[in-house]
Amino acid sequence: MKIFYRVGINIAIAFSLITSSVAQTAVKTKTAGLILPAKFKAVVLAENIGRARHIAITPQGGIYVRLSKPVDKKGTLFLQESNGKAVIKNGFGNYGGTGIYLKDGYLYSSSNQEIFRYKLNANNEVIDPDAPEKIVTGLIERGQHETKSLVLDNAGNIYVNIGAYKNSCQQKDRQKGSMGIPGCPILDSAGGIWMFKADKLNQSYSDGERYATGLRNVVGLDWNQQDNQLFVMQHGRDQLHDIFPDLYTVQQSAVNPAECMYALKKGDNAGWPYLYYDYAQHKKILAPEYGGDGKIEADSKYLEPAAAYPAHIAPNGLLFYTGNQFPEKYKDGAFIAFHGSWNRAPEPQAGYFVVFQPFKDGKPSGEWEVFADNFSGSPQKTASGRADHRPCGLAQSADGSLYITDDSKGIIYKITYNK
Amino acid sequence: MLKNYLLMGGAVFLLVMAAAGQNTQPVKVQQPSVKTSIAAGKLVYTQYCLSCHMTDGGGVQNMNPPLIKTSFINGDKFKLVSVVLNGMSRQEIDGETYNNVMAPFNFLTDKEIADVLTYVRNSFGNKKSAVTVADVKKVRAKK
Repeated sequence: MKIFYRVGINIAIAFSLITSSVAQTAVKTKTAGLILPAKFKAVVLAENIGRARHIAITPQGGIYVRLSKPVDKKGTLFLQESNGKAVIKNGFGNYGGTGIYLKDGYLYSSSNQEIFRYKLNANNEVIDPDAPEKIVTGLIERGQHETKSLVLDNAGNIYVNIGAYKNSCQQKDRQKGSMGIPGCPILDSAGGIWMFKADKLNQSYSDGERYATGLRNVVGLDWNQQDNQLFVMQHGRDQLHDIFPDLYTVQQSAVNPAECMYALKKGDNAGWPYLYYDYAQHKKILAPEYGGDGKIEADSKYLEPAAAYPAHIAPNGLLFYTGNQFPEKYKDGAFIAFHGSWNRAPEPQAGYFVVFQPFKDGKPSGEWEVFADNFSGSPQKTASGRADHRPCGLAQSADGSLYITDDSKGIIYKITYNK
Repeated sequence: MLKNYLLMGGAVFLLVMAAAGQNTQPVKVQQPSVKTSIAAGKLVYTQYCLSCHMTDGGGVQNMNPPLIKTSFINGDKFKLVSVVLNGMSRQEIDGETYNNVMAPFNFLTDKEIADVLTYVRNSFGNKKSAVTVADVKKVRAKK
C-alpha cells in the first residue's frame, strides 16, 4: 500500500510539473509551437543552424551563437535579422563549445578547454575572426560536464564554470555501491567557478582563482546587475537509485536531488560531492557516497541554495531580465532554460521548458512558473524524453525581446510582448 | 477457510492460464532457450540498463549511446560483452560522441550478461544472434 501511495504521489508531482503552466496562468497562447503567457509571441528566427548553445545579442540586434559542434568548421555563427528571419552572415572559430558573452567591445567565447576574445568594431561585428586573443588555456576537459560557460562582471573579470568530470566523486565513477573519495581531489581543478582577468593573455590555472567550489556542473549562469553578484544554476548529481538501490527507490531517485540556483560570493562552497539538496524537504542531505542514508543532514557550513527546482531537468541557461518590453513583474527576475531530464527513467521525464523566477531586491521571491512550454512537442514527448526541441541558451536584446536557442534542431526563437 | 478458497482459486487460475498458453502457442520461431534468455534479459535490462539507455533503447543525445541498430550492437558480440564487463566512456559511435561514463557491470553473472545482451540484440528493432554464457566466460577469462 505504501509503495502504491508513493508512486501515486510521484505521478501527481510529474503531472503537476507538466501542467503547472496551465494551472498558474489561465490564458495562454501558442505560437511557433511554444505555449506562452497571453500577449507573448514566439517566432522561429532561424532553424537547422547546428547545435545552438549559448547566445549573445549586440545592441544593434546582431546575434552571436555558439555551436557545441562546428558546422563547416565554424563554431560561432553571426546572424542578422530582417523581416522576422535571421540570416547567417558569417561564421568563424573552428572549435565547438557553449560559452559566449559580449562585454565592452569584445566577444568572449569558450571551447571546452580555452577562452578566446574577439575585438569588435563600432557595430559590434568581429574585426578579425581568424585572430582571436587567447585569454585562458588548459582548462580540464574529460568528457563529462565538459562545457565552459562564462560571464563577465563590471570589474574586468571572467567567471568560467569548470564542471566535475565525475558524477559524485566515487572511487569508481557511477559504479553501484562505490564510495566517495575522501577529500574529493577533483575540486582542486574542477567542480567550481574559476575567475580570470578579462584582458590578460594565455592565463592558466595558476593565473586564475577558484572563486567558488562544490558545484558539480554549471551550464546556466549570469551576472546580477542589481546585486553586482554572480548567480549560477547547478546540475545536480545523477543515479541515487542505480548506485545505492538499498537506500533509494526508483521513484525517490527520479525526484531527487533538486536542481539549485546559487548566489555566489568569493570563497563559497556549495558542498558537492558531499551533499545534495532534497527537493521536497528543502534540506541539504549528506551524500550516500560519504555515509548518508537519505536522511542525515549535511554539514550546515555549506552554502544554502537561493532557490531549488525539480530534479534532473538540467538548467542550461540563466538570464536576468533587465528589459522594459515585458510586463513589470518580469523586470530583474530570472529566466531559466531547462534542457529536460534523462535521469528520471523509467518514471516520466520532465523539463524542456523555460521558467520564470520572480526576484525582489535581488533575491528570488515567490514561486517559479513555466514561462515557455512545449519545446518537446507534446506531454507524451516530454514524458518519454523524445523531445522535438530542447531549450539551452538565453539572451535579451536592447529592446527587451527574449531569445532562446534549441540545441536539438538548431532553432533560435525570439519572444516578444504585445500590449 | 478463506485462505483455502484463495489458494484453490489461484490454482484453478494457473491451470486455466497454462491451458490457454498451450492453445495459443505459436509455431516455433525461435529456439526456446533464446526466447527464455530474451525474457530473462529484459528483467536485467530494466534493473541495470534502462535508467541510461531508456525504455526504448534510444539512449540520450550526447550522453548515453542508443542501442538501436548501431554498429556496436550489430557488431562483434565479444566486444559488447567486454563493454558490459569493463564499462565505457567517450566512445564515438557512428559519428556521434557520448560523454557519460558507463561503469563496469562485472558484478553481473555470466548468465545475466548473456541474457541482457541477447535481449538487446533482439529488441528495439535489432535482430542479431544470441550471446551465450560460454561467450561471456570466454571474454571474462581474457581479463
